[in-house]
Amino acid sequence: MSTVTTANSGEKVWGGGDNQPLGASYGKLMMWFFILSDALTFSGFLAAYGFSRFKFIETWPLADEVFTHFPFMHGNPQPMLYVAFMTFVLIFSSVTMVLAVDAGHEMKKDKVVIYLFLTIIGGLIFVGSQAWEWKNFIKGEFGAVETKGGSLLQFVDTDGKRVALADFAATLPEEREQLTRDKGRWFMDEPTLPSYSVAEVQAGFKAHPNILVRTEMIDANKKKTVLTRSESESRLKDASLVVEGANLTRNEYGSKLFADFFFFITGFHGFHVFSGVIINIIIFFNVLLGTYEKRKSYEMVEKVGLYWHFVDLVWVFVFTVFYLV
Amino acid sequence: MSHAHVSNTKRIWTVFGYLSLITIVEVILGIIKPGILHNNSLLGLNLLNWIFIILTLVKAYYIVYAFMHMEGEKSALRYAVILPFIFLIIYLLFILLIEGNYIFEVFKNSTIKWNF
Repeated sequence: MSTVTTANSGEKVWGGGDNQPLGASYGKLMMWFFILSDALTFSGFLAAYGFSRFKFIETWPLADEVFTHFPFMHGNPQPMLYVAFMTFVLIFSSVTMVLAVDAGHEMKKDKVVIYLFLTIIGGLIFVGSQAWEWKNFIKGEFGAVETKGGSLLQFVDTDGKRVALADFAATLPEEREQLTRDKGRWFMDEPTLPSYSVAEVQAGFKAHPNILVRTEMIDANKKKTVLTRSESESRLKDASLVVEGANLTRNEYGSKLFADFFFFITGFHGFHVFSGVIINIIIFFNVLLGTYEKRKSYEMVEKVGLYWHFVDLVWVFVFTVFYLV
Repeated sequence: MSHAHVSNTKRIWTVFGYLSLITIVEVILGIIKPGILHNNSLLGLNLLNWIFIILTLVKAYYIVYAFMHMEGEKSALRYAVILPFIFLIIYLLFILLIEGNYIFEVFKNSTIKWNF
């Protein structure tokens, strides 16, 4: 069992015996049970997301208004397209992985090398895409205002199109310097200040009569409620904070939990993809070195393949839960 | 391998075709959101979401059975992995979603205003 060079040194038998419970080798069976437990972990996360969403069902953000970015199409919202691209990348890398496993069964080293390489590339493209998605999510696009009661107000024009704070906020002669550690004591700092103060947003709102406030409340047509001008003015009086982009405390999209779940679940999945890429790279070099050729079995490729397909499987659910439903 | 292995490249590409087709259908439905599906609900979930969930389960079936080659394993292994999962996820969703809905109603009907 100890060295990789020994051919057929009982890799597929348990503890020196020659029987295989459930017809699978020790490693493969344990990979299946690891996947089972990891799948339950992800189910827990997604079920918790479902719980919070049902709890705030009337005010939850609409996904196709949040994830609208596509490379080179700035300012031209494209719901779904980018995440569809990511899904295809991951499904295709799953296909190349299963082709690598298949080539391994036939002991064709060259084919295993090519397919594993393509799988690694696919995984890297996916992780990179997710980083870009996170960047857009954290940066935000329009900005919003939080009221004293903790609900979020967004701004639209009379056609219902979203308006960014930068498009209407006034510039008032007020100075508010960011407190950083080098200016106060070493332990004194504060979160990054938003580009506009509440007073500037309120003044800008007054100066632009065609701008209305949109609340988080979802109406009967599954759209967010847009207030009338007078209602908007009275709601905006309660504004207490300007919110730009997203962090773990608050976000400009709506419910505070939305960003938390987004970061946590896609982050945990992205971490799985990243680990999968690392494991694939290790196996890729083992294949190149001929380790499995000497072992006369490419079962290791099959085992990491199981993990890689599992990562794809989780994404299929994350895709549905976060972007479709 | 305990079972004789035959190369099944053809099956892999067919399954890839199915998975792509399902994803394309999901994306198109997600962009259009046909009103008739989106505004009618069944058991507290609108028809469009039912379609998305069913299509996702079909995709999951193909990934597990074809790509992870569950169809080639012994049935004891198949059920040892799949049955606990199906049981626990249904149980978890049942409890959490009903509880979430209950809390929503408590908030909605309470005398204390939380959303202002």
